[in-house]
Amino acid sequence: MDVQGWSILLIALSFALYIGVAIASRAGSTKEFYIAGGGVHPVVNGMATAADWMSAASFISMAGAISFMGYDGSVYLMGWTGGYVLLALLLAPYLRKFGKFTIPDFVGDRYESSTARVVAIVCAIFVSFTYVSGQMQGVGIVLSRFLEVDTTTGVVIGMGIVFFYAVLGGMKGITYTQVAQYCVLIFAYMVPAIFLALHMVDTPIPQLGLGGTLENGTPLLANLNNLHQDLGFASYTSGSRATIDVFFITAALMTGTAGLPHVIVRFYTVPKVRDARRSVGWALVFIAILYTTAPAIAAFARTNLLQTVSGQAYDDMPEWFNKWEKTGLLAHNDLNGDGLIQYTGPNSDVPNELTVHKDIMVLANPEIAGLPNWVIALVAAGGLAAALSTAAGLLLVVSSAVSHDLLKRCLMPDISERDELRAARISAGFAVCLAGWFGVHPPGFVAEVVAFAFGLAASSFFPVLVMGIFSKRMNRIGAIGGMIAGISFTAGYILWFKFISPESSTPENWWFGISPEGIGTLGMLLNFLVAGVIHRFAPPPSNETQRMIEAIRAPGSTTK
Amino acid sequence: MTSSPPSELQDSGSQYWRRNIRLLLGLLAVWATASFGCGILLHHFLDNYTLPGSEYPLGFWFAQQGSILVFIAIVFYYSHAMSKLDREFDLEEK
Repeated sequence: MDVQGWSILLIALSFALYIGVAIASRAGSTKEFYIAGGGVHPVVNGMATAADWMSAASFISMAGAISFMGYDGSVYLMGWTGGYVLLALLLAPYLRKFGKFTIPDFVGDRYESSTARVVAIVCAIFVSFTYVSGQMQGVGIVLSRFLEVDTTTGVVIGMGIVFFYAVLGGMKGITYTQVAQYCVLIFAYMVPAIFLALHMVDTPIPQLGLGGTLENGTPLLANLNNLHQDLGFASYTSGSRATIDVFFITAALMTGTAGLPHVIVRFYTVPKVRDARRSVGWALVFIAILYTTAPAIAAFARTNLLQTVSGQAYDDMPEWFNKWEKTGLLAHNDLNGDGLIQYTGPNSDVPNELTVHKDIMVLANPEIAGLPNWVIALVAAGGLAAALSTAAGLLLVVSSAVSHDLLKRCLMPDISERDELRAARISAGFAVCLAGWFGVHPPGFVAEVVAFAFGLAASSFFPVLVMGIFSKRMNRIGAIGGMIAGISFTAGYILWFKFISPESSTPENWWFGISPEGIGTLGMLLNFLVAGVIHRFAPPPSNETQRMIEAIRAPGSTTK
Repeated sequence: MTSSPPSELQDSGSQYWRRNIRLLLGLLAVWATASFGCGILLHHFLDNYTLPGSEYPLGFWFAQQGSILVFIAIVFYYSHAMSKLDREFDLEEK
């Protein structure tokens, strides 16, 4: 069977699985719709969290990005996993004990303020929409490339599937489909990686392959550094970004991860505080399987690419080269007309003739390594699983922010359980359609906006939640002042360098050499500082709120 | 126990909470040492060594794989230690 036949078969089978799971676990109450009834086993929740967290970007783009960035790509590896330590130690157990449905719930109740609640609602919706449009676009790209339908059809198919199980099943349906999606995506990621590891360094464990030795006896990484030096690229294991920038980007991604609403809300779904602590550990294990493989794939793919392509005759290129050239992700421009491909870096005298898009590294890797057709098709099913699971989790945050936080807690406190559930379904359906629209008409700055999402989560949610739990004296004025200071500083910096004056976005112009991707860390510090100073000028929270703080700190206590 | 008026605004209120804070500060120090320390600030220095028994430059290993393994260990250790602490102070959820 050819690649397309296998793709259709595997994608259809995986979709049938998701729909089957969704029908078996649909939601009957708002509690089931928002937090899956609160009875999810910690290991199951860990797996669902891993699928929720690992997006189309993690699956398709991350290994490729690391492949081109070398050491500098470590910011994603450390940043997107280190946040789970913060989550486990500083947030998840306490928010579980608090025991309501959403982040705005906590912010509004803890700071006794509907202003704070509304700010949190707006941030949650903004962050989630930013993310979800990227997922829908990912669905469209994968479906169009592997099934050869146009991108719009691809997005509509993806919307249909998400609509079905998110609207019907709510958090309960999403949780169990995410478990199925995790299995599909990790299998699809690991199979080509294992083949590659066997092929390149003769070990079946790709994670260990990164430290392995090539057939000719040179260590993989040393060989890669030599190739890079010869071709004029920065050293693979040293990178080229300034240390301070690497530091700040990593910190922003960590605190941003810990502050992302669709991740936090997953820890409301387990039965006990103790389960929330353990569940974060399981989530991290399931994430780490992919995240420790990605740098190995990156190094394999980089070596493969340089050895197959560099300095070789264009006419001798294998079939995959021409196939991916057609998609525009790969382009050769024979500047000196010698028929050879010169692929060189910024430190070389020879002009570079090859442009390679980072997404190729995962999508075309099986073809480059000459793997069987079913493995190539598996990558398509895996990419879809990653995109769909993340999209569903995000859409649920949007829907609960509208139906629960905005309608029930702010505008119509008397709304009945049945009406609230209906409102939740309607807003989930509406959010799916809007996300699909963004997927078909991408705003053109998705990548820039992602920096925004993390910066915003790091400079608003993270400090406000941590202070709400760890300081009893912190009050409304401090929280709102801190959020406003953190968000406006971070947003201002990113807007300036990404949208208003992108040509000036160079290390010389950045404050302290910190790029817009890392500025959320400074915004977060500013938030802590402003809140720490101005809360002194207002009275402490009410006795009732202070008792609530005591209660969320002690797992076994019963009063709320 | 929490029906009494709140204990003065002191965050270091109960013994349980003080022990929790001490534990998590210690673990956050490990977290920062593995990632920001070994993986970033000391990365060039550690690259002069390799991970014993392999060909990984040590700083690069911490940045791309090692810190993740340390993170997992921290989270499970915390979960385990806190379950013990909950039992000791009779704060387990029924």
